Amino acid sequence: MRRRTTMGLMGRLAAVVFALVLAGAGAARAEPQQGGTLNSTLWPEPPGIVIGIHLNAPTLLPSSKIFEGLLTYDFALSPQPMLAESWEVSEDGLTYTFKLRQGVKWHDGEDFNAEDVVYSLTKFIPEVHPRSRPTFARTKVTAPDDHTVVLTLEEPYGPLIRSFDVIGAPIVPEHVYNGSDIRENPANRAPIGTGPFKFSEWASGEYIHLVRNDAYWLDGRPYLDEIYYRFIPDSASRALALETDQVHLATQNDIELVDVARLAAMPHLEMTTKGWEWGAPISWLEMNLRREPFNDVRFRKAVMHALNREFIRDSIFFGLAAIPTGPIHSSSPFYTDDVPTYEYDPEKAKALLDEMGLEAGADGVRAKIGLLGLPYGELWDRLSQYIRQALGEVGVEVTIETSDVAGWGSRISNWDVDMSTTYLTTLSDPALGVARSYITENQRKGVLFTNTSGYSNPEVDRLFAEAASEPNEDKRRELYHQVQKIVADEVALAWLVELQWPTIHSAKLKNVVRNGLGPNDNFAEAYFEE
Amino acid sequence: MPQLGFVLQWVVKALAVVLAITILNFFLIRLAPGDPAVVMAGEAGAADQQFLDQVRRDFGLDQPLAVQLATYVKNVLTLDLGQSFRTGRPVADMIFERLPATLLLTGTAYVFALIVGPLLGAIAAMRPRSVFDSLLMVVALVFYATPIFWVGLLLILVFSVQLGWLPPFGMQSMIPVKGALASTLDVIRHLILPAVTLGLFYIAVYVRLTRASMLETATLDYVKTARAKGLPEWRVATAHILRTALIPIITFAGLQAGHLVGGAIVVETVFAWPGIGRLAFDALFQRDYNLLLGVFLISALMVVFFNMVTDIVLRIADPRIAGRA
Repeated sequence: MRRRTTMGLMGRLAAVVFALVLAGAGAARAEPQQGGTLNSTLWPEPPGIVIGIHLNAPTLLPSSKIFEGLLTYDFALSPQPMLAESWEVSEDGLTYTFKLRQGVKWHDGEDFNAEDVVYSLTKFIPEVHPRSRPTFARTKVTAPDDHTVVLTLEEPYGPLIRSFDVIGAPIVPEHVYNGSDIRENPANRAPIGTGPFKFSEWASGEYIHLVRNDAYWLDGRPYLDEIYYRFIPDSASRALALETDQVHLATQNDIELVDVARLAAMPHLEMTTKGWEWGAPISWLEMNLRREPFNDVRFRKAVMHALNREFIRDSIFFGLAAIPTGPIHSSSPFYTDDVPTYEYDPEKAKALLDEMGLEAGADGVRAKIGLLGLPYGELWDRLSQYIRQALGEVGVEVTIETSDVAGWGSRISNWDVDMSTTYLTTLSDPALGVARSYITENQRKGVLFTNTSGYSNPEVDRLFAEAASEPNEDKRRELYHQVQKIVADEVALAWLVELQWPTIHSAKLKNVVRNGLGPNDNFAEAYFEE
Repeated sequence: MPQLGFVLQWVVKALAVVLAITILNFFLIRLAPGDPAVVMAGEAGAADQQFLDQVRRDFGLDQPLAVQLATYVKNVLTLDLGQSFRTGRPVADMIFERLPATLLLTGTAYVFALIVGPLLGAIAAMRPRSVFDSLLMVVALVFYATPIFWVGLLLILVFSVQLGWLPPFGMQSMIPVKGALASTLDVIRHLILPAVTLGLFYIAVYVRLTRASMLETATLDYVKTARAKGLPEWRVATAHILRTALIPIITFAGLQAGHLVGGAIVVETVFAWPGIGRLAFDALFQRDYNLLLGVFLISALMVVFFNMVTDIVLRIADPRIAGRA
């Protein structure tokens, strides 16, 4: 007995020593290594690679390695330094002072300074960037010296501090763009940025090639020598490319969700759904509130009760989704789940429809409506079919209408639809990415991604406006909590799922998803482990 | 001189056809629902009225349709195909940087099929209902009936994933190979799977066409006469049967040649081949009118040109056609 104990002690000691040795070896292995070529998929081929001029998802991936913003954001969307080393927001929320990093050079060798920031925020963005134009229209930008930039506002604007990432406010070289037609500038095909990777080549139909910026401001970074963004049009071929280790990285919609679990289980691959906190995409069923019966809140509640969102999450999105409670994504610091919720209960749905007087006829049909599905492939077709089936069970006959993306966008933006499915990124702040779908002022016929459902509630308008101009974060949170309660109670939109986009990468590739920008981070820290 | 007259007549006809096709396409594209400005906004995930107005102004979409057409035709006559709505680049540049890849792929598959298909078809026709004939017909039917994308994926699974012999996609290695010979060999290695995939479909068509045509010709009186004269069977088959039997094959090959430009969308998609088919496909969904019209125009020119070549070849193969014309 005693001997066994001794042996046990010896064994444990040996185990500890062994573990320490392993940990030491592990630590040695964990040391980032220089070199290597990262092959990533990219689809579709982007129309251009200057963020701002183009904002398509495939533009952002390579462009975010070339350009940088003043700030970046962690998983909780708190600001982190990038081209700005430090920043200060005045008590009244009217003055933002940024101290810029020194010794930063553009890829053509020129020095980066405050003039570049002033030009980017006052000329470049207002001219080309439809998403950030309204944000920076509120600011006056000055440069008291070469390394300081001051933004002043007439009234506080809460979301401003979350607007300085490379996507919302890319900093472009003033000496290249000033005085030119921005859209026609030759540098758009061979961009000049400050990022860790320089543009090398764009082989049309094949790849975009970036190479290491040896003069990058952060010593020893980036670790990788080069990145190839390879255009692979077929999703099965993209999956095969990951499987055979021909490419090391795929993200967002690159891989069909049906393939994700299989790939993630392969020993040479890893998968994460983190890194899209910045985008925070939510999918919903939009009802045209200008039409009957959608203008009756009881109908909208009936729709919510008729849909089994757990089934949608598990069977249509293969578990790569979460169930939203309202308009704000659960990863947002402004989110609350303290709102009216709608469990799957077809009987409740039927009772609500009865209460409306929508009695079933001899054929069991209470109402006939159309559904225009998002034309992004099979997954969205299956979602439409499920909605048709689920609403059919409570007596609402749904006709699925099909279209390509162009026709879909045209009909939705012109309010020519009963119901439609879509998804939208809700962005880093509700004032930027959420309010646009709910406030009355943003009902703009012919313009996509506005309040196309026709929802209108003066109280909601007031709360959104107040939250946007409130400098205090806690007060803003309280205002957005109120918004979520009202909007969820009125089922302004039938929120279906929060999308969890998978990023699948080679297990040897480290530091891929490090912050809220995920694959749209600059990859200065990414490296291959031998 | 009649040949010159024939060519002149052809050129006039060709120009009229191409012009008519251009105008027809111009209207057809615009009949499709969807506004290019909205599509671009949709892709960007952001839009405001200023953005939409600017896109429409930049590409003349705010002008009446007749003005848009007149401007387009005038530009085309001066060899200016305009700018792509989506990328802002000259359409001609975008097409001509993709055209060689498509021609290489479809051309290789076409030549491969044109040699192998009729040859196998002729051998099968010489021994109808033999084991070889039956087997070949079954295989041809399988490749004719199997969706081309499926054949492509299977070939990738076998030759790239399992055996690791050939690259699964692209036209050159991920890291471009240096040196003219090495890079040519690299392209050839990448070309094999997509060209075979596309070629198998064409071969299946030619095998069946050649066999049927030869069997039909073999029943004609002049063939019986040739046999009665005591000519050896191989000579009857090549000089008497095959030459006549080739006429429908030439006609078909001519028609197919015209489609070399746009005919490989599926294969280009599966193998990530940087060709023009995929460019046109994307342009359609993005309502990139100028790019799409440009691809259609080049495609129409190719069809018209190869029709002319086919006519000439047919006149040589069968002088009676020239007599009738």
